[in-house]
Amino acid sequence: MTPILQIKGVTKRYGGLTANNDITFDVAPQEILSVIGPNGAGKSTLFKQIAGFVTPTTGEVIYKGTKISGLPPHKVARMGVVRTFQETTIFKSMTVRENVIVSHHLRSKASLLGFFFGSAQAKADEAEFGKSADDIIDFLGLQAIRNETASNLPQGHLRALGMAIGLATHPDVILLDEPFAGMNHDETMRMVALVRRLRDERGLTVLLVEHDMPAVMKISDRIVCINFGEKIAEGSPAEIQANPRVIEAYLGSEDAAIGM
Amino acid sequence: MSTTRLAGVLAFLLGVFVLVPLFINLTGRWDFYYTLTSVALLSVAAAGVWLTFYIGRINIGQGAYALTGGYVSAILITQYGVSFWLTLPLAGLFCAAVSVLIGLPILRLRGVYFAMVTLVLTEVARLTALALPVTNGAKGITSIPLPGELSLFGLTIIPDFSTLGNPKLAFYLMATVLMVLTYLVLWRIVNSRLGHLCRSLQQNEELSASIGVNTAMLRVLAYAISSFFGGLAGAIFVAISQSIYPSSFVVQDSVNFMLYCFLGGLGYVFGPMLGTLLLYFGWDLLSIAKEYQLLIYSGALIALMLVLPNGVLSLLDKKGGRK
Repeated sequence: MTPILQIKGVTKRYGGLTANNDITFDVAPQEILSVIGPNGAGKSTLFKQIAGFVTPTTGEVIYKGTKISGLPPHKVARMGVVRTFQETTIFKSMTVRENVIVSHHLRSKASLLGFFFGSAQAKADEAEFGKSADDIIDFLGLQAIRNETASNLPQGHLRALGMAIGLATHPDVILLDEPFAGMNHDETMRMVALVRRLRDERGLTVLLVEHDMPAVMKISDRIVCINFGEKIAEGSPAEIQANPRVIEAYLGSEDAAIGM
Repeated sequence: MSTTRLAGVLAFLLGVFVLVPLFINLTGRWDFYYTLTSVALLSVAAAGVWLTFYIGRINIGQGAYALTGGYVSAILITQYGVSFWLTLPLAGLFCAAVSVLIGLPILRLRGVYFAMVTLVLTEVARLTALALPVTNGAKGITSIPLPGELSLFGLTIIPDFSTLGNPKLAFYLMATVLMVLTYLVLWRIVNSRLGHLCRSLQQNEELSASIGVNTAMLRVLAYAISSFFGGLAGAIFVAISQSIYPSSFVVQDSVNFMLYCFLGGLGYVFGPMLGTLLLYFGWDLLSIAKEYQLLIYSGALIALMLVLPNGVLSLLDKKGGRK
């Protein structure tokens, strides 16, 4: 199968520090792929480069045959690769529904001038955004807090809202930055089910960076392990668990963390 | 539009275009025209500042664009014989174009850094006006003729101001009509998708970019609209005073524009209008306190910001008011 996303020799240097060194892997369509690694391994830097927030020093990111590395984030998003954020990045003083509606920006067919004058296309767009936003809110089970101001929401709901914002752009590839961080076991299991549904029901390709090893092992089709900025292993969860280099990277305190 | 809102708008228009002139006619306080004209024009410039606040930038440089707009209008009228009415949009457009060039680099800055750069802009504009030959240095441009006739297809829409018995009233009407139009545009921006995108920018630029918003373009667009308003206001001020000097708009004015927005309320479209009215009138009224004028004025400002940090219009919110 042709890969939907190709990471080709991506290297990022900040002065003398090499955050990512020659990382290469492919992502198949509708795959759930996790990027793991100890703290400071360069996972977030890799994500930023895929989403256009950081330009690689060398190497490139290819999406559906087109080079996307070096493009600004809004162009990468327009092509169908969208990132959600670590922690709780949302539009704080908007309601849940407003958050999702405003994130439909990429779907608008009318121009800003059209919206200003309230053209027929603009009205049609607004109606469509509202409907699509309600669909997404229902999909994520956020109906009860639809009109709640985002800043009042608890952590779990914020994470779901962040995902709703990502979904509103109707991406093909969604990058989830630590979707399970700070969640208890039950919340994590719900989120795991949700991420599966993103793929199964919405046909998304999911890339995620995560520390929660049991969740990663449960959810991933494949895993890429990074340590000190370099890819040290790639394979199925079982292969990763058995890989001596991965064990070494996590050795000591975090033996249990990879599910041994 | 709900009926209460419509009634509010109608009451406002009635007050501005009927009751105020009537009141002034009855009391003979013709000087109020000048004050209210100033309030209207300052609130047009403040509307622009408010829009830059709306994308999350503190703009203390509107005076630069008011000055630029004023000079563009004055130079076009005196040296090229262009009709005042044509110089009005030209002044606005020139300021918008300049602001695009200035905005592209500086709008990447945030918070206090952007504020500091804009603070310097007004001073830069003043020094530029002093240095350029076309602006006639410190002597400024004086004896600018009053606005001439505006006619379309031989039909007189606005008569020559110098033939009018009461140009003060004419200027008042011109300024208030412009103010109403400005706030209509602003209201429409805020309540259309453009405004929603501006809000997304104000709250989180990274997220805004990741949902596909061209944040750099949107910032410059908002700043250009803002500067357009500044240029318009400046051009009319010059028409009223019939003269312009490098010191016609100084840093103090830029700071005032920002204060009007703060005081009126950054979350409310009509905040800057109310803020301008209260502060400008308040300052005038306090002149009876003589040497204590500034002390009382500043004290009241501090108290207001402490008690109503979200502006005077936030009082409406407690009654479940409108935005």
